Amino acid sequence: MGKYRGKSTTVLRPKTTQEVSEIVKWCNDRRIGIVPQGGNTGLVGGSVPLKDEVILSLSNMTQVRSFDPISGILVADAGCILQSLTDYVAPHNHIMPLDLGAKGSCQIGGNVSTNAGGLRLLRYGSLHGSVLGLEVVLPDGTILDQLTTLRKDNTGYDLKQLFIGAEGTLGIITAVSILTPPAPQASNNVILALPRFENVLPLYKTVKRQLSEILSAFEFIDRTAYDLAVKHGQGRALSEDEVEGAECFVLVETSGGKREHDEEKLNTLLESLLEADEPLINTGVMAQNPAQFSSIWALREGVTEAVSKEGKAYKYDISIPLSTFKECVDLTRERLRSKGLLSEDKVKAVMGYGHVGDGNLHLNVVANAYTEEIQDALEPFIYELVASHRGSVSAEHGIGAMKTHALHYSKNEVSVAWMKRIKAMFDPNGIMNPGKVLE
Amino acid sequence: MRPSPARLLNILVPVKRAVDYAVKIRVNAQQTGVDLNVKHSMNPFDEIAVEEAVRIRERLSKEGSEPVTITALTIGPAKSVETLRTALAMGADSAIHVEIPESAPAPEPLGVAKTIRAIVEKQKEKEAVDMVILGKQAIDDDLGQTGQMLAGLLGWGQATYASKVELDLEKKNAVVTREIDGGSEQVRVKFPMIVTTDLRLNEPRYASLPNIMKAKKKPVMKMSPADLNVSLEPQIETLKVTEPPKRVGGAKVESVDELVEKLKAAGFTAV
Ligand SMILES: Cc1cc2nc3c(=O)[nH]c(=O)nc-3n(C[C@H](O)[C@H](O)[C@H](O)COP(=O)(O)OP(=O)(O)OC[C@H]3O[C@@H](n4cnc5c(N)ncnc54)[C@H](O)[C@@H]3O)c2cc1C
Repeated sequence: MGKYRGKSTTVLRPKTTQEVSEIVKWCNDRRIGIVPQGGNTGLVGGSVPLKDEVILSLSNMTQVRSFDPISGILVADAGCILQSLTDYVAPHNHIMPLDLGAKGSCQIGGNVSTNAGGLRLLRYGSLHGSVLGLEVVLPDGTILDQLTTLRKDNTGYDLKQLFIGAEGTLGIITAVSILTPPAPQASNNVILALPRFENVLPLYKTVKRQLSEILSAFEFIDRTAYDLAVKHGQGRALSEDEVEGAECFVLVETSGGKREHDEEKLNTLLESLLEADEPLINTGVMAQNPAQFSSIWALREGVTEAVSKEGKAYKYDISIPLSTFKECVDLTRERLRSKGLLSEDKVKAVMGYGHVGDGNLHLNVVANAYTEEIQDALEPFIYELVASHRGSVSAEHGIGAMKTHALHYSKNEVSVAWMKRIKAMFDPNGIMNPGKVLE
Repeated sequence: MRPSPARLLNILVPVKRAVDYAVKIRVNAQQTGVDLNVKHSMNPFDEIAVEEAVRIRERLSKEGSEPVTITALTIGPAKSVETLRTALAMGADSAIHVEIPESAPAPEPLGVAKTIRAIVEKQKEKEAVDMVILGKQAIDDDLGQTGQMLAGLLGWGQATYASKVELDLEKKNAVVTREIDGGSEQVRVKFPMIVTTDLRLNEPRYASLPNIMKAKKKPVMKMSPADLNVSLEPQIETLKVTEPPKRVGGAKVESVDELVEKLKAAGFTAV
């Protein structure tokens, strides 16, 4: 991102859990801070040292320990790259339960540590459900072996949950046991043009009801984000008549076991949408082949890249009630306008896109340059807005070093106090990823 | 039933259902061909052909001149009708499906060209075909001969590897820009004519939902090779299909001496 620069002089790349344990113990005895590092793709500066911490990279721990093709349970070293695990289970007709833009570089240990969401969450749920076990090196060097492959295990506190999303502040994950679902045999996607944002929710209801188990993604892109993706060549655009009068777009993906069955369901849905007395959609297009399938996805996934090509981005990854998506984008834009900041040489665009199915909005502000003026207009304004809806100031990217000051907007005093007590219990010397998550 | 146009421009677009280009091809166990139990879609060059036909119609109707009819044609097993539906959803008006059994061997270019000729002759009775636009090749067999054979069989002019097609309805001809080695070439061809498409001709559109729905109601005429008096018996026998040898990864050497040693060991000698 070019926003964080580490000052560390040492990177260690252990090959075994035992080596990790010895390093951690050595550091703990000498009060040396450690930053666990996976693929370094995190978006909130969690894997970057703030002072002179030692970087402990998991990139040399890349063995698959076991895979059971019947249950689909995979046990792998934390340093395995997400894409390589996807490739590993593919011949057995399984897929990883998560998928994200950074899949070629991010590691499964990093994914678990950030509790990464991504594009498949709607279908396969969060890692709190699909991770079955973890092996963790605790801040004093002890190896906590909870690497079980059980779907059910109600024997006391579920300690592993604490490490999912802990961003490396409680220990180092060295191996992960994870449930992989069977690979869908057929996928389809459509992108729908909607005349009004207000139609997104009723559309979501209808789509969920009619597609039920084959619905695998329901993504939202507002008009500004769509136009920007097209401007920067992300995926093939719809024709002019198709986008005319569209206030926003929705991408629907289906994945299922039988193509004919899925197509029939999808066709019935689309027919009812088009023929309704008061249609929720203007029109839309359906992929006719894998190339078009990718191209339609690129319109959504490419927004991130388009934003960075357009200018300097202020990114807010928030969870808020679905019905307030547009309101939040509009209020942010209005605020910038009222401060005289909405112009080509200051803030170029304010847009929203994201995972409707998960209640997760990416609110992005593209500016010509990072300035204090813009920053002050946005924060704490957006955080307060999120808090007023009891939302989350970081839906899937975590807190890292970037959002520690904003944690209190989503977690009350009692919660933060208990988080601090847990941290102190695991890591009394504060050596594990200091300065992250908790201030 | 049409509002009595002076004359229609009738375009025939043959399309083929082929293994999708994104699929990883695997040789089947019997080594008689590739595994066909994979995702299929319209041959990409044929998609370009359909798109071009639709664009020609859009251009002409804008100028308020003669309307154009587009007929899609496929030769293939029952499932090929999906490919026709895609062509109809992109904008073809009607379709013809020459159905062959699922188990039939893949038709060869000459058989296909003869079948297309039979359709062209049949169409003469009602709406004579002015132009056949087809892909320069199909990506499954890569034979790249059908268009040329068809031109020969019909005695029509041909403009192959087209990257631009401009029609002159009054003069009843088309100026076609062709992709050739190191550049392009323009040819003028009289109607009726054959055009084969190259990649740069256009970028095919998505099928819009209203058009997909409409496509379901458009007519698809079914017939058999026998109805057309053509035979699709292959004239070529495939003896064996094998995978190319697996590429073995390279290795790093520590020094020039080691490299020389390795080269010698592998049988390379200095001249
Ligand atoms: C293009 C792109 C798209 C993205 N899309 C999504 C998305 O859709 N959804 C989403 O949720 N996120 C997304 N992300 C961010 C996501 O959080 C990270 O990409 C990924 O999960 C982090 O994995 P990593 O291996 O790179 O971890 P890093 O960035 O190296 O580390 C992330 C955090 O985890 C800690 N950590 C890493 N490995 C371990 C370990 N083994 N043990 C303990 N702590 C560890 C680090 O200290 C740090 O705090 C995206 C990022 C990019 C660049």
